[in-house]
Amino acid sequence: MIGRKWWVPWVWMAPALILLTVYLAYPVLDTVRRSFQDRRSENWVGFDNYEFIIKNPAPLVADTHSALLNNLLWLTLFPLIVVPAGLVLAVLTSRVRYEAVAKSAVFIPMAISFVAAGVIFKFMYEYNPNIGTANALLEQIDREPVAWLQDTRAPQRWITDSGPADAPGPLQINNLALITVGVWMWTGFALVVLSAGLKGISTEILEAARVDGANEFQIFRRIILPILMPTIMVVTTTLIINALKIFDLVWVMTGGRFSTDVVATLFFKQSFVVRDFGVGAALAVVLLLAVVPVMLISLRRFQFQEEIR
Amino acid sequence: MAGVTFENVSKKFGDTYAVKDLSMDIPDKEFLVLVGPSGCGKSTTLRMLAGLDTITSGIIRIGDRIVNNVPAKDRDIAMVFQSYALYPHMSVYDNMAFGLTLRKMPKAEIERRVREAATLLGIENLLNRKPRQLSGGQRQRVALGRAIVRDPAVFLLDEPLSNLDAKLRVQTRAEISKLHQRLGTTFIYVTHDQVEAMTMATKIAVLNLGVLQQLGTPQEVYETPVNVFVAGFIGSPSTNFFNAVMRRDGDAIFVDLGAFKLPVAPQMQKALMPYIDKPIIVGIRPEHIHDAEFTPASTDVAVVPAQVDVTEMLGNETLLHLVAGEHRFLARVDPRTQARPGRDMKVAVDVSSMMFFDPETEMAIR
Amino acid sequence: MATRYGAMEQPELAAGEERASFGDRFKGFLPRLPLHAVLIAVIIIWSVPTIALLISSFRSPQDIASDGWWNALIPPWDFTWSNYDAVLNQRGMGRAFVNSLLITVPVTILVLLIAAAAAYAIAWMEFPLRNGLFLVMVAMLVVPLQMTLIPVLRLYVNLSIDTEVPIIGGRVFGPNSYLGIWLAHTAYGLPFAIFLLRNFFGSLPRDLFESAYLDGASDLRVFFRIVLPLSMPALASLAIFQFLWTWNDLLVALILLGDPNLAPMTLRINSLVSSFGSSYQLLTAAAFVSMAVPLVIFFALQRYFVQGILAGAVKG
Repeated sequence: MIGRKWWVPWVWMAPALILLTVYLAYPVLDTVRRSFQDRRSENWVGFDNYEFIIKNPAPLVADTHSALLNNLLWLTLFPLIVVPAGLVLAVLTSRVRYEAVAKSAVFIPMAISFVAAGVIFKFMYEYNPNIGTANALLEQIDREPVAWLQDTRAPQRWITDSGPADAPGPLQINNLALITVGVWMWTGFALVVLSAGLKGISTEILEAARVDGANEFQIFRRIILPILMPTIMVVTTTLIINALKIFDLVWVMTGGRFSTDVVATLFFKQSFVVRDFGVGAALAVVLLLAVVPVMLISLRRFQFQEEIR
Repeated sequence: MAGVTFENVSKKFGDTYAVKDLSMDIPDKEFLVLVGPSGCGKSTTLRMLAGLDTITSGIIRIGDRIVNNVPAKDRDIAMVFQSYALYPHMSVYDNMAFGLTLRKMPKAEIERRVREAATLLGIENLLNRKPRQLSGGQRQRVALGRAIVRDPAVFLLDEPLSNLDAKLRVQTRAEISKLHQRLGTTFIYVTHDQVEAMTMATKIAVLNLGVLQQLGTPQEVYETPVNVFVAGFIGSPSTNFFNAVMRRDGDAIFVDLGAFKLPVAPQMQKALMPYIDKPIIVGIRPEHIHDAEFTPASTDVAVVPAQVDVTEMLGNETLLHLVAGEHRFLARVDPRTQARPGRDMKVAVDVSSMMFFDPETEMAIR
Repeated sequence: MATRYGAMEQPELAAGEERASFGDRFKGFLPRLPLHAVLIAVIIIWSVPTIALLISSFRSPQDIASDGWWNALIPPWDFTWSNYDAVLNQRGMGRAFVNSLLITVPVTILVLLIAAAAAYAIAWMEFPLRNGLFLVMVAMLVVPLQMTLIPVLRLYVNLSIDTEVPIIGGRVFGPNSYLGIWLAHTAYGLPFAIFLLRNFFGSLPRDLFESAYLDGASDLRVFFRIVLPLSMPALASLAIFQFLWTWNDLLVALILLGDPNLAPMTLRINSLVSSFGSSYQLLTAAAFVSMAVPLVIFFALQRYFVQGILAGAVKG
């Protein structure tokens, strides 16, 4: 518009810019700075804090390796379960009349807090079979109750009583129990987004495929899946980012104990319990470095879409 | 009420000129149509006049006032957008009153103007509806009404008929012309449809690739186009163009088209002298090529043999796609014609209406 | 029978054709039995945890400890309100509920206004660095909250204004202040909000704006009389999203609010869990009280919630 003064857009954006700078931009820089300083952020210590994370000298106090591996488990297993589950459910629900009910049932957990979900599943996982639903079911099939949130054994040990005694690091029953809660909460998200994507596929394409003689599986693999790939990528990257940042859930259910710590909970403990700001900041930076590549991929796709606009 | 002047106006987007060095003087009360193919710069010109796009160089005046840096709302203009741009969440009344309420006009005055305009356009019973409840034609009238209530010095219209179906278009064309006569305000109208231009304009500005080709009355651009582009753009079906050579036969000049020859009208002999034995472009409109058996009397014609390729019967006339030697061309002939595909026939060319163009500059030779 | 991924439709009947009888339809239903079985199983599995909690919250502590919640479904039915009573009146949950509201509502309003203003400028005004600035703002979505909290807390401690605020309590500014947590939550909500709104504003037709400018509308007018009214769906989705996210937050409250008087519900429940790990009678009721508001909002405004997620996740 002609006649608009140069400073007008900046005035409109000012509150947002100020808040973003103070609460997001500046803290990032400040945290990076602290990661190179000592526990009270007074002296410079170079890469010492990062060394601490990598070398893990005091695993009983702060097991950084365990935390990193647990995050790795989360960011691989979590999307790996949620996305296919969401996809399959999207396809299945689209074929029944009670589609909306089914979707809502799966989606509701998204509305509640991680804290409430934590309570719900603490209840489910309770050791006492009179209280904990999971162990009650086990009792029905004559198995011993399991301390879901504390047991660090490998899953196959529990099922068959055989197999290696020491599981690969993070593959513990309690980790898997936590991830299950995550799956319970987030499958609805994947379901809703993928379902919308599914509805966007023109029925003409599907009908043409049927006329060409494809059966339902072939249609799914060769037509639906490729068309949905961008949506699947978006959902997956969102889930990966959430897996990296996961805090509330773990904190409420185990407080990071019994080797369930993730980087975010370890950060909290280091910063506000042990009060070692240096290591805490370094952990936060590690978290950022892990999330950035994932975000760059999304941003690149986003920019590509912008150019089409 | 005011006229509009463009003085050497140009608009650049990056490195390309959307409008180049445009100069036009449009007197008050004119109905000027800016016409040309897509991308010719007509919409850009309108938007610069409206103040929606900045001017790279040059001066635009409304009345005597230079408006280059005047904000759109202060230019005393009103615009009808191609998609009507009606506010979907407001009623028809509010849509029409919006500009006036912003200018803090007294409510009684607003009411008077809106009702007057609504009655003029026949939409007074739609004032409480929302745009989504209206048909395309009704929405267009609301857009017109919104412009009328502003009582501007200049009306700008950006392809207002392009979203209407064919029948509605013809009807609305007449209504817009009547509106112009009634209001007596300057109208500046953009379209790619040369029929709209010819039927509604008092002056036509033909643009191509950002450059003004010709500014003239409909009659002028039709009868005396200034170059090949204008000759080909104005008139439907388009002018037939032939590559030919001028030859001399004793004292007279004639046009040698290979398969046949055509005499040159006496008034053109002198101008074409320099082209003897040189190539030339000849333009003949299909309506000036007749079936030799049904030639209107008192036309100066030359008879030419040709073969019929396709016939299209329209009822009031027949279009013939003809072949003569290496030339293919169109003729609009009397519907009583006996011409049939594959047959030979004779056509009569109206010699005095032939147009000649220099093959290099493509400018008309007069 | 063609399977449509779009809305289910009853096929048109050709002349003379009769709608399939119940018997015929039942036969058509059978091959689909596995489909229904799977889906019903999924629905049940997904709902069980929540239902377990709900039922248990109405049972006395002895009942909870002695046998499974499913037994409560068979008569005699022995339900009680006592847990809710204890939680709401004695454990400070009532106050926590109010705190959650006191925190969440202002934040939601602030986020909407500030993000809308910024999004409007980015979408429809021309100025240098426009696209770059937008990308940077959206990139902020990446930043894990954890990275911001130590510096923000330090900042709050340094800039603390210790006077007590009347009625609602807490400091004027600093740790344990409503203002502090309002601003923090607002800032954290901006990247997503600006992203969502800018996309939506950008999709409004350009000539609507041009027509308004021609009519003489200033930027403020256009914003309030055209952009906002036409953006109601997006604003509604965003409001719900922001409300739920803020209501359900634990981390920010954990760090910026230590005073139990100001604690929102999430914080309260968290401390309940750590101090009363197995007193399920309190935990279940508390959890449900905290879930009440989000669930109500979800059921009432499902459509907008879903729209918000879609706009954020898929190209808006």
